[in-house]
Amino acid sequence: MSQREQTKNHRNLWRSLTEIHEFMILFIIIGAVILMTILSPIFFTSGNILATLLSLAIESIIAIGMTVLMVSGGFDMSVGSTVGFTGAMAAMLMVRGTPVILAIMVGIGLGVLIGMGNGLIISKIGINPFITTLGMLNLVRGLLLVITKGKNITGLPDSFKILGQGKFFNVQYPILIAIILVIIGDFLLRKSQFFRQNYYIGGNERAALLSGINVSKMKVFNYALVGGLAAFAGIIMTARLGAASVSAGTGLELRVISAVIIGGASLQGGEGTVAGAFLGTLLMALIQNSLTLLGVDVYWNTFVIGTTLLVAVMIDTLSKKRKGLL
Amino acid sequence: MDKLIILEARDIVKNFPGVRALDRIQLQLQKGEVHALVGENGAGKSTLMHILGGVYKPDSGDVFIEGKKVKLQNPYHASQEGISVVYQELSLVQNLSIAENIFANRQPLKRMKLVDWNLLYQKTSEVLKYFNLEIDPRTPVKELSVAEQQVVEILKAISYNPKVLILDEPTSSLTQIETKLLFKNIKLLKEKGVSFVYISHHLQEIFEIADRVTIFRDGKYIDTRNISEVNEEQVVKLMVGREIQNMYGDRNSKIGEEYFQVENLSQDGVFTEVSFSLKRGEILGVAGLVGAGRTELARAIFGLEPFSEGSIRLNGKVLSIHSPGDAIQEGIAYLTEDRKQQGLFLKMSYRENLIAPDMKRFIKGMNILDESKITSFAEQSQKQFKIITPTIFQKVRNLSGGNQQKVLLSMWVGINPKVLIVDEPTRGVDVGARREIYKIMRDLTLSGVGIVMISSDLPEVLGVSDRILVMRGGRIVGEFNQNEATEERVITCATGVGKVNILT
Repeated sequence: MSQREQTKNHRNLWRSLTEIHEFMILFIIIGAVILMTILSPIFFTSGNILATLLSLAIESIIAIGMTVLMVSGGFDMSVGSTVGFTGAMAAMLMVRGTPVILAIMVGIGLGVLIGMGNGLIISKIGINPFITTLGMLNLVRGLLLVITKGKNITGLPDSFKILGQGKFFNVQYPILIAIILVIIGDFLLRKSQFFRQNYYIGGNERAALLSGINVSKMKVFNYALVGGLAAFAGIIMTARLGAASVSAGTGLELRVISAVIIGGASLQGGEGTVAGAFLGTLLMALIQNSLTLLGVDVYWNTFVIGTTLLVAVMIDTLSKKRKGLL
Repeated sequence: MDKLIILEARDIVKNFPGVRALDRIQLQLQKGEVHALVGENGAGKSTLMHILGGVYKPDSGDVFIEGKKVKLQNPYHASQEGISVVYQELSLVQNLSIAENIFANRQPLKRMKLVDWNLLYQKTSEVLKYFNLEIDPRTPVKELSVAEQQVVEILKAISYNPKVLILDEPTSSLTQIETKLLFKNIKLLKEKGVSFVYISHHLQEIFEIADRVTIFRDGKYIDTRNISEVNEEQVVKLMVGREIQNMYGDRNSKIGEEYFQVENLSQDGVFTEVSFSLKRGEILGVAGLVGAGRTELARAIFGLEPFSEGSIRLNGKVLSIHSPGDAIQEGIAYLTEDRKQQGLFLKMSYRENLIAPDMKRFIKGMNILDESKITSFAEQSQKQFKIITPTIFQKVRNLSGGNQQKVLLSMWVGINPKVLIVDEPTRGVDVGARREIYKIMRDLTLSGVGIVMISSDLPEVLGVSDRILVMRGGRIVGEFNQNEATEERVITCATGVGKVNILT
């Protein structure tokens, strides 16, 4: 191989790496980490890193399901309410003496039911996912307010709180749980035949149907998966805080969807990975942490998250246009 | 020959990443002529049309309108200069009325810039009369058949009073009757001095309507001839660059016994008491007009729509099919007529498309896909079906129409079907790829697979089928053996005009 061909190959490798969306975000994250390490002495300490990871654990667990759903062309606005509702229901059961494990199972079961409700309405009746899950968002939050009469639930057993507050070698359980689930989720969505079907549904739903894929069954499964993961996240959140708040998870859906989109998914479906979505949540958490450390007024946080989403999507769209893909 | 040149494209070059789509192309259009533009898929016809329509800008070369050099900026500018284009893909707003679609952005106005609805509907009714269409101009486009939508698209282009009208495969979804009306209108407009660029794969049509023909091949200009001075074989030879012999291939001489029976199949209001049987190694053509219920029948057999009565038997066993998944399990494959919207995953690679109908076959335990098995299957399939693509990882949308159709065929032949149903297998496919598709179908029949071929292309039905069924109004109204079928007999039977000998 001549030297010229070799440099050409190197350049091609570099180009194909940069064409992978996840690497682009990873480079941005590495750049931000280096910059922040220089700018702030506190940034690269284990305390700060763990605090940042803890703050994104809840979102990244939900983002796994949301990625699967968005790859198939779906979309769920109701996850924030599910987080609040299921966390509170599990908490109420425990306060009344239900065994911890059973209460957790019931909580997750309720999340799965909410998701199945969404999935059935969307796939069998044919109502648009945005409207269906927007309705479910209010329905579930409303139900939570009715049942709790607006009061927070405290007095949870310690054996439950350990799920959110316990540590393994100084790393909080929620971080470990989130990382393990992300790894499993990414593997399954990449490799398993069952989950790969979502790329076909999102790519061309009618062709997927003609190819013998059971599209409506997959859709119901996906919404149930998001519901179940949101419920699990809500229960971990309750354990971490040691109490269930009726406003828990409010607005979470938009942060999760933003992270998944930053991570490379699109509302049209057919693209996205769990690893990308995790990097998306990581980038958002990193930006928030950086702003705090740099002493920027917290009121800027939301503004910066919005800007990040728009910039990420614009870069992606423009690069696709340049390559003639749009 | 010293007629006024209304439109000229001179030395047009257009590059796309990795390909030179147009290489110093020429086209001269005389006032009041119908100028056919022919070539295989990928010859550059569509690219040139997009340049003349103001969608693409050429890398070099010039466009002249009535001798004046123009740089077309966008489609609106092109229509201002008198060039109107009817693209193959329909571009109508489904929820709006026929009237609002035809006069989009040019609705007649009254005081205060309010839309003058009465005048709008009146003007629309007038243009609809060109095609003898007795439809309320207020009808939403989504309620029209595909053929009617195509007519609305053409009327929209005509309503701009263009000097030049470019038509890309305008008859691809029209029935014979509407095609006749289209030709009548082209002739009328021609007398008024409108010039046409007419793109079509159907050479018969070109010989019926065109005055001259220009041939492109691989992005290069080959020749322009007067239609009266050439015949079909010569045009095909210029298009392909070699002679195409034995287009439809040789019929399978070893047709076996009946093994697939459809009995008294009915779907309310769509088709009624349809019965037919298929023999091993046989190609059974299904002819009929658009709307005769042929596609609906295929969709019902494939489990996409339920049927109210009747049964389907394969190898003596009654099948219970409720979904495409069931049909695939039983070894029935269906190639849709609409490869882009319903058949292919355009944003995905050839490799991923190929395994879509039968992903479970590539599992290596624990539901994990065996990537290397998929890759070697895809590489072998690419060779077998002669799919022209740089790699098996290429997105299917970047392939030419003929190659896309071969991809669809390879997907379904890949599941080793017992019965293959193909719906318009060569629509929008060029001569070369067409011949390869027939070859693949023939090879499959040699292994004992029976094929049901729904087609509106009569020469194809006659050339390929061993036996021909004709459907009209949801019923089978005729059956012909290959040696007794003629174009005239099949048309007569399909349209229900006149009497024919019907075998039963």
